Amino acid sequence: MGKVKQKDLILYSGLIILGLAAPYLFSAFKVQLTYLCVLIVLAMTWNLQGGEMGYNSFGNILFYGLGMYLTASVQVGMFFPLAEWTESGGEKTFVHTTAQYFQGIGVGLLVAAIIPALVAGAIGYAILGLRGHYFAICTLGLGIAAGEIAGGIEIIGAGQGFTTPPFPAEIVDPEARGKFFYFTSFIVLVLAFIFVKYIYGSRFRLILNAIRDNEDKAEAMGIQTMKYKIVGWMVSAFFCGLAGGIMGGLIGYIDSTDVAFDGREMGVFMVLMAILGGKGTLWGPIIGATLFHFFKEGLWTFILGWQYVALGVLIVVIVIYFPEGLMGWLREKYPERFGEVVDEKDRKSQVELK
Amino acid sequence: MDFLIFKAPMLMVQASLDGILLGILFALIAYGMALQWGVMNIINIAQGDLVILGGYIAYTMYLAGIHPAWGVIVSPILMYFVGWGLYKLVINKVVDRDLFISILATFGIAIVFQQLMNFIFGADVVVAQSEYGTTMLFDNSVTLPNSKIFSAFVSLAYAVALVIYMKKSKLGRAIRATAQNARAAKILGVDTEKVYAATFGINAALCGIAGALISITLTLHPYVGLPYTVRSFMIVIVAGLGNLPAVAISGMGLGLFEEFADYILGTEFRIGAVFMLLVFILVYRRFKLSKKREYLK
Repeated sequence: MGKVKQKDLILYSGLIILGLAAPYLFSAFKVQLTYLCVLIVLAMTWNLQGGEMGYNSFGNILFYGLGMYLTASVQVGMFFPLAEWTESGGEKTFVHTTAQYFQGIGVGLLVAAIIPALVAGAIGYAILGLRGHYFAICTLGLGIAAGEIAGGIEIIGAGQGFTTPPFPAEIVDPEARGKFFYFTSFIVLVLAFIFVKYIYGSRFRLILNAIRDNEDKAEAMGIQTMKYKIVGWMVSAFFCGLAGGIMGGLIGYIDSTDVAFDGREMGVFMVLMAILGGKGTLWGPIIGATLFHFFKEGLWTFILGWQYVALGVLIVVIVIYFPEGLMGWLREKYPERFGEVVDEKDRKSQVELK
Repeated sequence: MDFLIFKAPMLMVQASLDGILLGILFALIAYGMALQWGVMNIINIAQGDLVILGGYIAYTMYLAGIHPAWGVIVSPILMYFVGWGLYKLVINKVVDRDLFISILATFGIAIVFQQLMNFIFGADVVVAQSEYGTTMLFDNSVTLPNSKIFSAFVSLAYAVALVIYMKKSKLGRAIRATAQNARAAKILGVDTEKVYAATFGINAALCGIAGALISITLTLHPYVGLPYTVRSFMIVIVAGLGNLPAVAISGMGLGLFEEFADYILGTEFRIGAVFMLLVFILVYRRFKLSKKREYLK
């Protein structure tokens, strides 16, 4: 075991050094790197309840958008009247000082992590009682309803959107904004990874797997499935909220249906990334998100206008031909690497029953 | 919040009539969804986008100078082949799989459809003018566009025709047999592959009719498909599979709910209210069933 541990140590320290050096190495791509971190966080936490728990949610975008609105609202509301800010170009009238900006975004992110988790806990009992596709459709409805409703609320900008506070002008370094958002998202990514990794080694994961494989039997074995389902969803919501808060600050502008509760983009991306990499694995969503991001950034500009068509086709192809994802494919190909022993004789003797 | 509707009884009559006429249209779409859900065990997220595509077919006819009402005949014929092609291309690979796979795959199809319609027909909100005029009721205090009355009658006519077709024809029998037990039907010589393709085609044709009617009664836009999917899903889970009168009634109920929500909450919350209703219905069903220690299947 000692050898494996050492190998892991080298891997992790290498990744962390790469992560810390990335904004200096690829200085021009800081925004893209921030996106990547956020996408990985979203995919990893979606996987926690989509892949591990078997509750395929289309509605985690709800927490993402909620986090985005909360961060911006808190950041503004702490120092200035929110209603006046959103009414007519508040960012021109009210200016955050440097201290106010960072104080605001710090508290904002904290709120953006806690409130969505509490919301998930509050609605969890009702929503998680649904199973399979009913859960999927219900969460899809929740995400879209949230966008539609947010688009009608005046105080957060309604249909015309919400401009988040601009980065303080007192900081002259033009690189500072990109670095700040990158490192914030990187810290969230590391936290999320440590947490998910911890869950992967714990009993909690086994319970989630039991719920996925057969919820009735898990219940019969005395597991209080509802409790664990809610906790699993709350973890997802926590990190989705944080990711949303960062993205709100990075994009600088929140629109109810196109940025915050963007079920057509982010909401699908997180599901797609997790499936692309392989549901129910630790590294699958990370690899899936990275691949997807490179694919998206590399191709998007060449197929301008056709990107959604490409996205739709990609979804169909992945879902039909690679439902197990990359990790699942590797696992099929090299089962020994995943610690599985295949008895060739046994495999051959098995007759396919259909 | 605006409670004007409770102060003016005529507004209430207006909303009710609008809601019922609209609801019949929703029921037609929902019937298509119930059909393919029951036969193929697939939830088609692209249902609404098929509706919108059918609407654009009628709109194209309108642009070409043909009266859009002919769309209720042309659109289903074209949409049947669209549905059939879609089945051969994608759906046949997800029929036997997990429901989530079909949801995600049809979600992908929905995105492709939306975007292609956006390219072809533009992102503007369009209406095909039927120029049927309006009927005034109760001393001109309730206005009812004749196109809505027309659409309700056409929907009913098609629904009745389809029910008779399903009962009497050979294909209808085959479809019903496959819905009951696909394997047994296969053993008895039913070509289930053909039945599935036909079912999906019929569903698309129903969407085409509904779309053509929507193009003259409501508005078309490439991205408004999903609400129609959700509405039909909602109607189906309330009414159950294969229960046509219940589908019609719950369709009208949904239409009423929407019109009243429109008046009370305001138009900007209309779609939000539809999606929230979906969540409430599912949660209500879940609590009702959990008393018996069961869950929605």
